Amino acid sequence: MIDVMEKEKTSSYLADFAAFEESATARSLPSWIPPLRRAALSRFSEMGFPTRRDEEWRFTNVAPIERVPFQRAGAGRNALLSDRIAGFTFDGLQAATQLVFVNGHYAPELSTFQTLPQGVTVSSLAKALRDDAALVEPHLARVAGFEHQAFTALNTAFLSDGAFVHIGRGRIVEEPIHLLFVSTSTGGDEPTVSHPRTLIVADENSQTTIIESYAGWDGDVYFTNAVTEVVAAENTVVDHYKLLRESDTAFHIANMQIRLARTSSFSSHSLMLGGAIVRNDVGAHLGGEGIECTLNGLYMGTGDQLIDNHTTIDHAMPHCNSHEVYKGILDGKARGVFNGKIFVQLDAQKTDAKQTNKALLLSDDAQINTKPQLEIFADDVKCTHGATIGQLDENAIFYLRSRGIGAQEARSLLVYAFAGDIIDRIKIEPVRAQLQKSLFAQLAKGPGAEEAV
Amino acid sequence: MLTIKNLQARVEDKEILRGIDLTVNPGEIHAIMGPNGSGKSTLAGVLSGRESYEVTGGEVLFEGKDLLELDPEERAREGIFLAFQYPVEIPGVNNTYFLKAALNAIRKHRGQEELDAMEFLKLVKEKMKILHMDQSLLNRPVNEGFSGGEKKRNEIFQMAVLAPKLAILDETDSGLDIDALRVVADGVNALRGPDRSVIVVTHYQRLLNYIVPDFVHVLSKGRIVRSGGKELALELEEKGYGWLEEVAAKEALPVTA
Repeated sequence: MIDVMEKEKTSSYLADFAAFEESATARSLPSWIPPLRRAALSRFSEMGFPTRRDEEWRFTNVAPIERVPFQRAGAGRNALLSDRIAGFTFDGLQAATQLVFVNGHYAPELSTFQTLPQGVTVSSLAKALRDDAALVEPHLARVAGFEHQAFTALNTAFLSDGAFVHIGRGRIVEEPIHLLFVSTSTGGDEPTVSHPRTLIVADENSQTTIIESYAGWDGDVYFTNAVTEVVAAENTVVDHYKLLRESDTAFHIANMQIRLARTSSFSSHSLMLGGAIVRNDVGAHLGGEGIECTLNGLYMGTGDQLIDNHTTIDHAMPHCNSHEVYKGILDGKARGVFNGKIFVQLDAQKTDAKQTNKALLLSDDAQINTKPQLEIFADDVKCTHGATIGQLDENAIFYLRSRGIGAQEARSLLVYAFAGDIIDRIKIEPVRAQLQKSLFAQLAKGPGAEEAV
Repeated sequence: MLTIKNLQARVEDKEILRGIDLTVNPGEIHAIMGPNGSGKSTLAGVLSGRESYEVTGGEVLFEGKDLLELDPEERAREGIFLAFQYPVEIPGVNNTYFLKAALNAIRKHRGQEELDAMEFLKLVKEKMKILHMDQSLLNRPVNEGFSGGEKKRNEIFQMAVLAPKLAILDETDSGLDIDALRVVADGVNALRGPDRSVIVVTHYQRLLNYIVPDFVHVLSKGRIVRSGGKELALELEEKGYGWLEEVAAKEALPVTA
C-alpha cells in the first residue's frame, strides 16, 4: 500500500524522465552520463520522497513539494532581462566573474566574465562535460552520493547543467566567483523545477572564493533541488558562501558535500533568508591531516517558513580542527531545524571540534528543533557542542528605548547583535552589506515588528 | 518642569506607590530618600516608562505634556534620562554605535541636525574627560564585562552626552567607592544649569555631600512622608528611617480608621 502511494508521488518525475533523456541538452552529454542518470533515477524510484518516519526528515514534511505538479523549465523559455536580476547581484563586485542560471539553465547573455588566471576554468557544467570531461568525471556524483539521499538521486537523474569551477594547481583567484541561480515560474504561474549541479575543484595550493546565490521573486512557485560538490586538494584555501534569497513560495532543497585533503582550509557560510521550505545539507569529509574546516550558518524565517539545516563533519584523520556556528532567527510561525553531526573516527586523534548553535525566537509561535549529534571513536580529542534557544532580552530593549532609540530599531539592533559574529566573519564586504540589508528588511516584515510598535 | 499628582502604581497585585505629589522646577535638584521597599525605584521606573509597573491613578506632567501617555523612547527624546540602578549588558551592540543612535534619535526629535561620526567623536571625547573614562570603553559592547563602577560611570557618561532636561539617578551611588562617587557627582554637577533638573534617588546621604540637593523628600510605604532642605538628609543619616516611619504610621491612622 505504502509502496503504491510512494510510486504515485514520484511518478510525475519518472514519467518526465523519458522526455528529459530525449531532450537536446540531455543528449549532448558524454556517454557515461546516461547510465549514471538511470542508476540515480532507479534509486530515487526505490526510495521515493522521504517521510517524517525517516530520522533525517523527522521535522521536515516534504509533502507540500510532492503535491505540486512542477514542470521542468526548458532552456531559453524564461529569457530574463539583465535589469531584472540586478537586484541579486552585488554592488561593489563588478570585477567578479558571474555566471547566471535561469531555472537551472546557463544564461550566457546574463553572465559576465572577467580575466581569470590561466589554469582557471569557470563555465557551465554542460560545457565542461563536453570540453573538460577528464576534469569532471573523476569527481562528479562521487562526492555527493545518492544512495541514501532521495533528492540528490533526483538531481543526478536530471543532471544536465549547472556550474563548473576548476582552480588549477597554485592558482590564486582574488575576486570572488559568483554563481547566481535565478528561478521563476513559467509565464508567472506554472510551477517549475530545476536541478542545478555545481562542481568546484581546487587543485593543490590554490585559493578561491565562491558565492552561490539562489534567488527568485516573491509569489513565484518553484522548486530548486540543488547539489554542490567541492573537492579541495592539499594545501588549498576555499571559502564558500551560499546566499539564499528564494521567493517566499519557493521550495529549496540542497545538498553540498565537501571533500578536503591534507592541510586544506575550507569555510562555508550558509546565509538563508527566503523560501517556504528550505532544507540545506552541508557535509564535509576531512580526509587528511591538518585540515581547518569552518561551517557557519545564519538563517532568518518569518511567516510559515521552515528552514532545516543538517550538517555533518567527518573527522577521518588526526590533527584537524573544525568550527561550526549556526544561528537562527525565527519570527511569526516560522520553524527551524538544526541537526549537527560530528564524527570523529578511530584514527582522528587530536581532533579539535567545536559546534555551537543558537536560535532566537522573536514570537510565541516560532519553533526550533535542535539536535547536536557527536559520535566519537578516538580517545584523545577535544569536542564541544552547545545549543541555546532564547528570546530578545526585554530589559535590553527597555534600556535602549530609555535612551531614545525606537522600539523597532531596538529590536533590530539586538537581532543584529545576535547575528553579529556570523556576519562579521563574512569576508566579502558587498555580501555582508547585502545580507544586512536583507536581514533588516525581513525583520521589518515580521509580525514581531508590529508588536513592538 | 515636572509635576506629579497623587501618583499610584503597582507591580502585579502589589500596591507600591500610594499617592505621590512632587513638583520639580527647572534648575532644581531633588533627593528622594527612603528605606528599601519604600517605592523609590518604582517611582524612577514609572517616570522612565518601565512596563512592569502599572499606573493605577494620578498624573504626571512633564513640561505640560502627559508623561504617562508617552513611550519610553518618546520620554527620552523629550529630555528625560534614567541612570539605571542595574545597567543592562548588551552583548554585540557597540557602545559608540548605541550612543550615536540614541543621540541622533533625540536630536532628530528636536529638529536638530544629526551628528556625523567626526562631530560625534569630538563630543564624546569631551565628555569622557569629565568622567575620567578610558576610551577603550567606547569600542566595547554596551556594559558587557564592565565592573560595577564602570557601569555606573557609563550611565553618567551617557547622560553627559545626551544632555537631558531631567535626569533621574536611581541609586547610582550604591556599590561605588569614594573616588567613583566623586566622579559620578562631578558628572552630574557639570550638567547642572538653570534649565536642567535632577532627581537623585538614594538610600544613603553620602552622595548628597557631593551633589547638594535643593530639596530632600523621604518616601515611606509609597508616600512622601516628609520634605525639607538638605539638612533633612543629615537628620536621616543620624536618626535612621525608623522615627519617620513611626510618624508616617500615626499620620496615616485617621485615614484608615
